[in-house]
Amino acid sequence: MPEPVIATQNLVKSYQVKSSSDFVAVDGISFEVAPGESFGLLGPNGAGKSTTMRMIGAVSTRTGGDLTVLGLDPNRYGPEIRSQLGVVPQENNLDMELKVRENLLVYGRYFGLPRARVARRADELLEFAQLADKATAKVDDLSGGMKRRLTIARALINDPRILLLDEPTTGLDPQARHILWDRLFRLKEQGTTLLLTTHYMDEAEQLCDRLVVVDKGRIMAEGSPADLIRRYSSREVLEVRFGSTQNSEVAGRLEGYGERVDVLPDRILVYSDSGENELERMTAAGLHPITSLVRRSSLEDVFLRLTGRNLIE
Amino acid sequence: MSTLSDNTSDGIRSDALAAAVAQAARTRRYGSWYVAEHRFRVMRSYAQTVLFTAIGSPLVYLYAMGVGLASLVDGNLGDDAVNGVSYLAFLAPALLGSSAIAVASEEFTYPIMLGFKWNPTFFGMNASSIQPGQIINGIVISVAARMLLTCAIFYIFMLVFGAVPGLLGFVAVLVALLTGLAFGALVMAYTATLKDDTGQLAMVQRFIILPMTLFSGTFFPLDVLPPYLQWIGWISPLWHGTELSRVFAYGMPEPIWLSLVHALYLAALLAIGWIWARRLTADRLNK
Repeated sequence: MPEPVIATQNLVKSYQVKSSSDFVAVDGISFEVAPGESFGLLGPNGAGKSTTMRMIGAVSTRTGGDLTVLGLDPNRYGPEIRSQLGVVPQENNLDMELKVRENLLVYGRYFGLPRARVARRADELLEFAQLADKATAKVDDLSGGMKRRLTIARALINDPRILLLDEPTTGLDPQARHILWDRLFRLKEQGTTLLLTTHYMDEAEQLCDRLVVVDKGRIMAEGSPADLIRRYSSREVLEVRFGSTQNSEVAGRLEGYGERVDVLPDRILVYSDSGENELERMTAAGLHPITSLVRRSSLEDVFLRLTGRNLIE
Repeated sequence: MSTLSDNTSDGIRSDALAAAVAQAARTRRYGSWYVAEHRFRVMRSYAQTVLFTAIGSPLVYLYAMGVGLASLVDGNLGDDAVNGVSYLAFLAPALLGSSAIAVASEEFTYPIMLGFKWNPTFFGMNASSIQPGQIINGIVISVAARMLLTCAIFYIFMLVFGAVPGLLGFVAVLVALLTGLAFGALVMAYTATLKDDTGQLAMVQRFIILPMTLFSGTFFPLDVLPPYLQWIGWISPLWHGTELSRVFAYGMPEPIWLSLVHALYLAALLAIGWIWARRLTADRLNK
């Protein structure tokens, strides 16, 4: 692997909580991100993803462990590291008192860039973010997807080497998500390193070359999406429903089906290389589910396997 | 630069390092001004309000108090009503200081609450090469500019109304600026401690700014008050500022050490508020 642009080693962040022991948000995380790579932190809310992102973004001081971004220690080189980053935070912090294009203009200046260059770059980025016709609109009048695209445009104003995206598509409708993914793909093709957090499986599968599954501040697994699915799940999953009162009763009779069986409150998952075969076996044995579905295995299944919980609860 | 490249061995890393250092160098130096630039752009969106209050308030106050009320005072006490000058000349430097306080109470409260909470732009700034202290510096710079404009316009009206007998009267503008910033820096720091505004900022307006304006030797000299109320003046930046302004505006008799105390007291408040606000901001942005 070439010299990593981000390297964390046993990274820890804990917060002092009144009248109890410290709350550990990030509990010894280690990973490396190569230049040009698209790397994901996948996990449920409260897993410590955003905290990790803030430490890498050189705005949150780590409690323990080692961290370098572009070979630099954020404790000492905060402004230097941040000059090479683009940050898309989870919470929108565009300036609502300024117009769309103005948001880019003031932000570009924060990197010490000359006004003329910022203005030129702002126009290019409005084009890229498909917001050129909104240049003089109020930020408040933009849709959620447009605001997010404007935030991405703002994050690119300094031609960053690394783009940090914290839950980039949370709260967006499917169409807006796809537009955003498309823009991120283009950046990836241009060689920008992407580091993103998400609790959406499909997003991780779409965008990440490699990812870590994070839960309760720790890394549960690391690999490419396909790799993780191969390791922790089967090729296919058969989902069957027998009705909420029947599921657990039927589950007892499903021993020996597939590689593994998981009983959820509303459905039963059978992990197998061929979902159809399992379903045929089931019907032959006189079990008739109300609904059945055979699908490709996903990171959701990986997460369920690793933690025994669903990602979105 | 030389110290930075010490701990690097391979080419890629030191290239990245050199690029990062070069790009951040300007922001390390001028970051506060970039924040001020941002604030100016925001102020431009309410420029009409800024100008309207800067022109309207001296007109209204100087006329109502300085001419209307003054005719009553001077009618009773003569043209050398207070300190041996007309009531208008006595009052005008205090109103000038109050106008600076008014700008401070506007610009150092809600915009701070906004930046941390309601529209958390400070977090956005902090994600760039800007450092937390520079955010505070930039705000102080931009508010100082608006305050200076407001006070300068106020002073022009003072001249028009014939309220400035002294030749050094213009120094009162700078004293008013110092007064407004000294008070404002403390208010800014206090606002930075607020996780939420559940009426605290309105309380500041009602229970600090209003009494301060009334009991700071603004409309009558402090020694007219009973002794147990005079302490309000002594701790009030407005009183110190007003007294100092009067020295310049019409040569109010005062020992020089006392004038120095006024200046130092204001400078100390400004320093304390400024440093406190910078620290609070650094803590609050480092989540």
